[in-house]
Amino acid sequence: MLTGLAAAFFYLFALIAVASAVMVIAARNPVHSVLFLILTFFNAAALFLLTGAEFLAMILLVVYVGAVAVLFLFVVMMLDVDFAELKAGALQYAPIGALVGIILVAELAVVLGGYALSPNVAASVAEPMRDLAERHNTAQLGDILYTDYVYAFQIAGLVLLVAMIGAIVLTLRHKEGVKRQVIADQVARDHRTAIEVRKVESGKGI
Amino acid sequence: MELFFDTYVWPALLIVIQSLALLVILLIYVAYIIYADRKIWAAVQARRGPNVVGPWGLLQSFADMLKFIVKEPVIPSGANKSVFLLAPLVSAVLALAAWAVIPVADGWVVASINVGILYVFAISSLEVYGVIMGGWASNSKYPFLGALRSAAQMVSYEVSIGFVIVTVLLCVGSLNLSDIVLSQGDGLGTRLGLPNSFLDWHWLGLFPMFVIFFISALAETNRPPFDLVEAESELVAGHMVEYSSGPYMLFMLSEYVAICLMSALATVLFLGGWLPPIAVAPFTWVPGVVWFVLKASAVFFMISLVKAFVPRYRYDQLMRLGWKVFLPISIFMVVATAFVLKLTGWSA
Amino acid sequence: MMTADLATSLSLAAPELIVAVGAIVLLMLGVFSGPKASSTITGLAVAILIGALAWMVFFVDDGKAFNGAFTSDPFARLMKLLALIGSVVTLVMSVGFAKAEKFDKFEFPVLVMLSTLGMMLMISADDTLSLYLGLELQSLALYVVAAFNRDSVRSTEAGLKYFVLGALSSGMLLYGISLVYGFTGHTGFVAIADTIANGDRNLGLIFGLVFILAGLAFKISAVPFHMWTPDVYEGAPTPVTAFFAAAPKMAAMALVVRVVSEAFAPMHSDWQQVIVFISIASMVLGAFGAIGQRNIKRLMAYSSIGHMGYALVGLAAGTLAGVQGVVIYMIIYLAMTLGTFAFILAMRRKEGNVEQIDDLAGLSSTNPVMATILTILMFSLAGIPPLAGFWAKWSVFLAAMEANLFALAVIGVLASVVGAYYYLRIIKIMWFDEPAGGLQPVAGELGLVLGLSGLFTLLYIVVAGPIGAVAQTAARTFF
Repeated sequence: MLTGLAAAFFYLFALIAVASAVMVIAARNPVHSVLFLILTFFNAAALFLLTGAEFLAMILLVVYVGAVAVLFLFVVMMLDVDFAELKAGALQYAPIGALVGIILVAELAVVLGGYALSPNVAASVAEPMRDLAERHNTAQLGDILYTDYVYAFQIAGLVLLVAMIGAIVLTLRHKEGVKRQVIADQVARDHRTAIEVRKVESGKGI
Repeated sequence: MELFFDTYVWPALLIVIQSLALLVILLIYVAYIIYADRKIWAAVQARRGPNVVGPWGLLQSFADMLKFIVKEPVIPSGANKSVFLLAPLVSAVLALAAWAVIPVADGWVVASINVGILYVFAISSLEVYGVIMGGWASNSKYPFLGALRSAAQMVSYEVSIGFVIVTVLLCVGSLNLSDIVLSQGDGLGTRLGLPNSFLDWHWLGLFPMFVIFFISALAETNRPPFDLVEAESELVAGHMVEYSSGPYMLFMLSEYVAICLMSALATVLFLGGWLPPIAVAPFTWVPGVVWFVLKASAVFFMISLVKAFVPRYRYDQLMRLGWKVFLPISIFMVVATAFVLKLTGWSA
Repeated sequence: MMTADLATSLSLAAPELIVAVGAIVLLMLGVFSGPKASSTITGLAVAILIGALAWMVFFVDDGKAFNGAFTSDPFARLMKLLALIGSVVTLVMSVGFAKAEKFDKFEFPVLVMLSTLGMMLMISADDTLSLYLGLELQSLALYVVAAFNRDSVRSTEAGLKYFVLGALSSGMLLYGISLVYGFTGHTGFVAIADTIANGDRNLGLIFGLVFILAGLAFKISAVPFHMWTPDVYEGAPTPVTAFFAAAPKMAAMALVVRVVSEAFAPMHSDWQQVIVFISIASMVLGAFGAIGQRNIKRLMAYSSIGHMGYALVGLAAGTLAGVQGVVIYMIIYLAMTLGTFAFILAMRRKEGNVEQIDDLAGLSSTNPVMATILTILMFSLAGIPPLAGFWAKWSVFLAAMEANLFALAVIGVLASVVGAYYYLRIIKIMWFDEPAGGLQPVAGELGLVLGLSGLFTLLYIVVAGPIGAVAQTAARTFF
């Protein structure tokens, strides 16, 4: 359990995370929403740090905040979404939203109710984290990821490869008649091919 | 009560004092870095550069700062006010925050964390937000174009910086920046039987990666020849067009702090940090921090010369360089380095 | 340098490695040699898949690899063989279509290979983690090939629809997996079965089981998760539809069999109810849904829904004979489906491919050989003795009877009687309607597939013995 300062920081980060998550959906301006989303990511990373998962915290920042959210922000800025228009029809979807919400709550209840359904479920943790003083978090992750789970790791890589091929196949169009710079050709040019010296007789021109 | 002070208050106070000391020294250093940048640029163009304020113009940066502070900040009427003001703050805070983990000498570091290099990488990848937010919030064409360019550019070059860092990590076996410096105490040179010297540092063994890191650092900090974000002849000043006085100063400041950070990072990763160039008598008497500052300044000197010498890249050339040249080379180097380390048994 | 453990793992997964490395090499080859090389790449892809197939048949032993994430046993190898055959035949059949319909992109064979790799990993999965990853690898490639003809609205719609619903089903699957993991503390199938056998079955586990089955039912397009099937079959380019109907069905069915008879073997009575329900629903919907169809690809979609229902009848029995029945059913289904799609691909007029059933009118007088073979296939799909389709149904219904699932067997027989109607309607249109302009002569590779498939269905009774024996060896993996 967290005590003292750690607990205080936990509540601080958790509170900001929840508050900014609420602001993501409450903010009027979509760009503000994305900025609040980034704040939420930050606090989630801080929560990771409190549990000793420092590698995950940093990767969350690098991948989600540094790359994914940038592109997200990019798209939102470019699209110039009119939120008033979007929100106009929102109420008619409210029943469906409520239904999804109820299902999610029920699912959460099943998960949390697990302790009631199966009292010894907490004992079945497959692999607890080792003491951080003995081997730090990054090394522990590496130990498992590249030995026990190397198979899953490699397949995940292939899944990403397929996603990349798919994105290219479905969207890339080669335009006809585009002039492209061929760097190799430019570098290979020298004065002999670039300049032609001619004797021009006066009054005649070329 | 005494326990409370011992466990919380004094350590916290110590950290605050350390941070403040680092901050003040850093800001003074940055002031002279800006001065040096202008002087070097001027020298290349056979001009004098700043030479009026103070002896040889040494106080020029402080005069500029004073001017920025006393001028009136102008906020465009169409701007998104909160984001407009937040952007320079984000830039400056992020640029300064990264310094917390940089070891300037043995043990001289505010926070020696296990994932130091990842922290720096994360923070430097966030610096793009200042630019994007500023560009968008200005509600004007040039700043927005600058912001778009910067987002694409910085995300692209982060990839190769990431791979460069990975190769260094392969050689070191730790993500802690102090460990990275210490591991350069022995290397290629000592394996050949020479005393500990600059030949042990990573720049020699990982020379292609050092070059890639240097160029990517230019792109990451929007320095010429990759300053398409500001590109004064196309976009006036990019994301900073609408800024004035204090906020503008914060942008300028964070830009130079980020450049200094990249110089320091190059020093830590490739140039042996605070280690002396040759570990024999006269050199070892000099304190480590002096070597660190000298090396970082030397890297900055190169960055500054590039600005003076090299014309700006076109946008497609920039992308081509990042994705089609650096990315394949750096992936190849990661694999090659791993193989060499494994086969020779040099890995940490 | 390499541990003995890793070496065994790699040797067990050698066919998968061949396919994976081959796909990446072909991708590079395709990128650097430009758009002209697509038929060469298809040829190389076929060669690599056949190489992996041969390697698997001759060199791979039984065993577990990668800390129990991957297993190689007779069942896995047989189902992988079927999936590989499905992929190879699809690629062969796509060559002619590619040239005619501007479909010749080198990414198609590469994606088919990667999808096949996903199927092989699914079939060999012995751990919920590798199950999910294999499934995603297979599905993601399928989403892309469904939308492959990106300038066609129907194709992109098919891809999008499949993708959205597929993502939903993946979500359900994952939720089920996480519940099972939470309640057992394991991801490995064997460990899950042990934990269930030793402890009490609780509500959380049953929830997890139902969610996992729902996610898998989507992949075999069983009712009530079948909605995507007709639209996707109709919208996707025909070689892609052939692929959809053949190879992924093998993998997904193998996965269903393995999950219920290995991981959830101790919960037999729980999953039996679910399987019986989706089996009945699929058979009935497959039979009635197909009646009104005019497009032959849509008709085949409903047909495949129905056939998955029949195959599940065997699984519902949960016995050795039942699983054997499923395997036999899948073998015969593969042969019939590939033959039928070879025919659909051969439905060409001068102006292009046709897909309507009415286009077949009077085929018996214009192309008598084609008409005869399709008649055999249709009779077989309907389950008329003594063709292969009858024996397939026979083996699963018999197993159900032995397991006292009389109601299920009776509903199955009734559904196949209803189903026979629309198969016979095609035969009637071909033989008794006025000719509506004949089709172009069949291309060589399609003719070969069509002929082999017709021959297999017609003479199945000759090879029934050995196939039954092979299927039994495979089924014995679980009992």
